[in-house]
Amino acid sequence: MLEVLDVSGLATFQDSGRRGWQSYGVPVSGPMDWFAHRAANSLLGNSTDAVVIEIGLGEIALRALRDTTLAVTGAGFEVENYVWKFPLWTTFYVRAGWHVQVKKTSGGNWAYLAIAGGFETPSILGSKSTYLRGGIGSALRGGDILEAGKPASELSKLAARDFPVGKYMKYSQLPVIEVIPGPQENRFTNEGLKIFYENKYILSRSFDRMGYRLEGKPIPHSGSMDLISEGMTMGSVQVPANGQPIVMMADSPTTGGYPKIANVTHADLPVLAQCEAGVSKIRFKETTVEEAQKKLAGLR
Amino acid sequence: MLKPLGDSALLIELGEEINLALNQRVHTLDALFQNDAIPGILETVPAYSTLLIHYDPLTLTFDQVTHWVRDKMTQLDESFHRSPRRLEVPVRYGGASGPDLETVAVSKNISPADVIRIHSGREYTVYMMGFTPGFPYMGMLDERLIMPRLETPRTYVKAGSVAIADSQTGIYPLDSPGGWHLIGWTPLKLFDPTRDIPFLFSPGDLVKFIPVEDDHA
Repeated sequence: MLEVLDVSGLATFQDSGRRGWQSYGVPVSGPMDWFAHRAANSLLGNSTDAVVIEIGLGEIALRALRDTTLAVTGAGFEVENYVWKFPLWTTFYVRAGWHVQVKKTSGGNWAYLAIAGGFETPSILGSKSTYLRGGIGSALRGGDILEAGKPASELSKLAARDFPVGKYMKYSQLPVIEVIPGPQENRFTNEGLKIFYENKYILSRSFDRMGYRLEGKPIPHSGSMDLISEGMTMGSVQVPANGQPIVMMADSPTTGGYPKIANVTHADLPVLAQCEAGVSKIRFKETTVEEAQKKLAGLR
Repeated sequence: MLKPLGDSALLIELGEEINLALNQRVHTLDALFQNDAIPGILETVPAYSTLLIHYDPLTLTFDQVTHWVRDKMTQLDESFHRSPRRLEVPVRYGGASGPDLETVAVSKNISPADVIRIHSGREYTVYMMGFTPGFPYMGMLDERLIMPRLETPRTYVKAGSVAIADSQTGIYPLDSPGGWHLIGWTPLKLFDPTRDIPFLFSPGDLVKFIPVEDDHA
């Protein structure tokens, strides 16, 4: 059991996402970085879709009300537990009364704090993920008391575990992000497609869980810029009239009306999610569905 | 036309326009898929003229999904019938409930009573849902009511507001921003996560608006 002392930025509960309601307009939500979310749970022996706190755009300070074991993963943060500083991607034992702070550094946007047994929170439409715009769940605030489920084994056995170094996600601030072209490549000029694949894009500072606006050389359309609304997904790269791509993220609307030049692969979404606004220089590279699925299987 | 949308979705394009017959084909196809899904198919999203199939990229390959979809599509032309639900929606038109009713009437050169009569005079299909949880995109609107969206969207539209834009009519399920013309309001709750069936509408439903006076709404 933890008490939230203070939150700056956005801290929300996220499980692996809400499935089955997209045809009613409900986004999938879930983590921005599925790899870090999954790793935080697996480090503690939790089920991989257990509820974790996602921390972004700021910091969180907590106090343990009972002994517990925690794991923090992600990029761009460090953890202080009582008097020790911990790197991310490890688990650590916390005694009742100790304070834990997840502090922002640089090199990423999102941290995932998992607790042995997973956080207990009500399920809405089959998922415990927070979706603020839809009024599903709420952001964590100072004073919140967070309950945990039953740990997979003794707390001390779950402590001091490290994520295997060889299995790290290759986060980078100069990433080459793989995409699968289409489905509306024909809405862009050949020159436009060339621009998209040959230039570097920077993440705008106005980014959130819904989408990442990128800034760079504008991508010209070949004709009409509007599309009749159709389904889209996390990773869809929409290009509106101004030619600046927007990558849809975890809280992506279920449908959209701008042409999609490409879709970021599942395997590379975590890398994109952790790109820093105004800093990272992002390049896109074509791949195939087959290759993308192979790469994903290798990560799981 | 079948196209990959990334490594975990397949887009079925049945056409490229907003038209009722085409949209009904989308819903019929969707019903076919719903009735006989295979493991790894996560969910489907019907839109105006497309159907998006979300699948688990670790369970199914694009070829497997394509194969399944093609097989189902051959059944579409046989005798598969979908029986849509019909719903009646009480609406209090005009006044504070529909602040744009007068503007619509003036710009279309008809009376507010005409707007109400025309809007409530036909049955609409829920073409698709999106924007916010539970928002139904319904059509087709009578040509006499077609207006472009507001140039500057409102930052606040009250939940339950009945609105029109282009050839569409819709209802805002949640308090939210919005760029459509507000002509009325319904007391029905379109989205309530605590209900067994949290959404009032489903894609493909048939909807009729019933004008009511203040004390009935």
